[in-house]
Amino acid sequence: MNDRSGLSIALGALLLGSVWTQAAAQLVADYSPVTDERLRNPEPENWLMFRRTYDGWGYSPLDRINTDNVAGLEPVWTVSTGMTEGHQAPPVVNDGVMFVTTPLNSVLALDAATGDTLWQYRRQMPFDIRLGHPTNRGVALYGDKVYMSTSDTNVVALDAATGELVWEVVVEDYNGGYYMTGAPLAVNGRIMVGVSGGERGIRGFVAALDSETGEETWKSYTIPGPGEFGNDTWPEDTWQTGGAPTWVTGTYDPDLNQTYWGTGNPGPWIGDARPGDNLYTNSVVAFDVGGGEITGYHQYHWNGSWDWDEVSAPVLIDITRDGRTVPGLVHAGRNGYLWLLERRADGIGFVDAEPYVNHNVFTRLDPETGRPEYDMERKPGLDKPATFCPSLHGGKNWPPAAYNPVTGLFYIPANDNLCTTMAGEEVEYRRGQQFVGTDIRETSLVEGADHVGELQAWNLDTGERVWMHEFGEYSNWGPILTTAGGLVFLGGTADRYFRAFDGETGEILWQARLNSGITGVPSSFAVDGVQHIAVQSGWGVDAAGSQRRVDGLFGNPETIVPQGGVVWVFALPRN
Amino acid sequence: MLRGLCAFGLALPVASRAQGTDGAATPPAENDRLVFAFGERAGAAIARDDVTLGAEQLFAYPMDPLTGEIRNGTRLNQLVLVHVDRAGLTEQTRARAVDGIVAYSGVCTHTGCDITDWDTSTNRFQCPCHESQFDPSDGARVVGGPAPWQLAALPLKLVDGMLAAAGEFEGRVGFQQPGLDPLGGLGT
Repeated sequence: MNDRSGLSIALGALLLGSVWTQAAAQLVADYSPVTDERLRNPEPENWLMFRRTYDGWGYSPLDRINTDNVAGLEPVWTVSTGMTEGHQAPPVVNDGVMFVTTPLNSVLALDAATGDTLWQYRRQMPFDIRLGHPTNRGVALYGDKVYMSTSDTNVVALDAATGELVWEVVVEDYNGGYYMTGAPLAVNGRIMVGVSGGERGIRGFVAALDSETGEETWKSYTIPGPGEFGNDTWPEDTWQTGGAPTWVTGTYDPDLNQTYWGTGNPGPWIGDARPGDNLYTNSVVAFDVGGGEITGYHQYHWNGSWDWDEVSAPVLIDITRDGRTVPGLVHAGRNGYLWLLERRADGIGFVDAEPYVNHNVFTRLDPETGRPEYDMERKPGLDKPATFCPSLHGGKNWPPAAYNPVTGLFYIPANDNLCTTMAGEEVEYRRGQQFVGTDIRETSLVEGADHVGELQAWNLDTGERVWMHEFGEYSNWGPILTTAGGLVFLGGTADRYFRAFDGETGEILWQARLNSGITGVPSSFAVDGVQHIAVQSGWGVDAAGSQRRVDGLFGNPETIVPQGGVVWVFALPRN
Repeated sequence: MLRGLCAFGLALPVASRAQGTDGAATPPAENDRLVFAFGERAGAAIARDDVTLGAEQLFAYPMDPLTGEIRNGTRLNQLVLVHVDRAGLTEQTRARAVDGIVAYSGVCTHTGCDITDWDTSTNRFQCPCHESQFDPSDGARVVGGPAPWQLAALPLKLVDGMLAAAGEFEGRVGFQQPGLDPLGGLGT
């Protein structure tokens, strides 16, 4: 198929309100099928899933690019995505073929060495959709297919070699407030997906689809129904519209065959509207991959009233505590605490937790369970304003933290010194519409604060913060890549810089100013032995709104960040 | 007049009308009555006095006056109504208003969210998703946030003391999907 015929098919499909794939003359030859074994032990040169490995480290074992030579890093190729808004997906690479997704659910298949476009899949959204967060966080690979969840709450399976649609299933009704932005998680023939909509009165869940047919294998709600454990933590029928979305990809422990997903805020935002703990909101929930049964949970904070989604999945890291190696679950919470939990066959245990940014709500954690006690003056109520820190965007929002086994450090993209003043008001549920119920919603700075964005490095064995870089009057929305070369890569700031830090010291070793701000997940891969660093630029969504507020707080004019997605690939000079 | 431009965009109501399909999904037409979209009075006709000066917007749908069919088959027909100070209206907006009551599409032109918030200090619509602001006194033009253009306006008149459409939508309803504009090829 040449470009001309591809375009004709594209326009014809669009007029029918459908989707289409545009393929270049050269399709993918000899595509390497993705097996469970490869997903468990990926080759160093490949980046096969959202965080590269099931444990969520965001770590590449490639070390040709390292602290000694990263200053020479330069662009190799770029590709425009043709889209605006927030580009958040990692470039996923399988044996020289790169797959990226964009806002509005395009998929680009690219030659990872040259940037040639192999095929692209475009999707037309329904005319009446509400795109609350027009973004997508990437594909899953399994077998000979590429999987993507969509803003109109479908999952599509594409032929990895041609981009042709193999199957498409509706997971939920977008008119009910659901949408999907996260990369699916592929395990043992299951394609697992989560949902967004915590601001629209959904009932969250994780669903597993058969990788070959798309048929639903299981669907487990993150709010228990009547008769199930935890349903009594919701008054009356509030469980039906209580939120608990699951919009960031889970992690997976192959030994326990359990997958761990973070859950978001309850709805409406103010806890007075739904007295009780509101399980399993603001939690990590463990599911058995086989049947979807909930095998454990830990609720980071109960009766949430601060919009602190805890959707980031915990990172699986072995931690040393009291001379014992703990199979850990590590989570830098949106609530501003760094949580260390223990994964077990029969549940999730609490180890310890401490704040990593300014925090004024928790007065004490139960040493056995980790359950927090609150300063009730910091908990907004119906018609009761309260000021709390961190702000509703949290100490860390969705951008993933990373762990480097070489440096032994855990890296957190943080925002500090921000607080929110909020008060609740009654809100009527209207299917699919905003279901938040707040009146006042204002952001403020901690008195005397001189910065917001931070990159923090923690030693989890000692519980110490080893170093921190401050980004001045910019907030930080940068997902993190770390490598065996001792490096930490991220963008995240409205000044459009993509940076490499020395993972041991926090020194900036390299930076490049890109076309737009970077909230994409960076990745690293190699082709023919040449290591590359890849990332999508494309500013938008919550990062843009957050920076507008921070600009105002510091008395600065609004930072203008150009729109437009570009895939950037960097490498060292060949000589 | 703008409709010709959006035949490839988000003009589902226009397309539906042309095909003579589902009446509930056809866009508002002249003489349509306006009815409450939600709440205890959902479906009841809206009188002039129901739209209180200075209050936040209420949501409405058009209703075919001949069949009584409420045009709620698509949320692109969702309207927001407010009553603002008539003296502050621009000439063009005053021509569409009944006293100070104005009606606009309730779907944001940025990414299609519902225009559910109201800033009482400035008398502006605000979108909860990305904080775009629109001035109802001046054709709902964009006065803040990322929205690229104003909300479509629905001219109003009174029929037997009840609010009714004086014409069709003026302007483009909904949002443009980037990368899907045929005039710009595959990508913008």
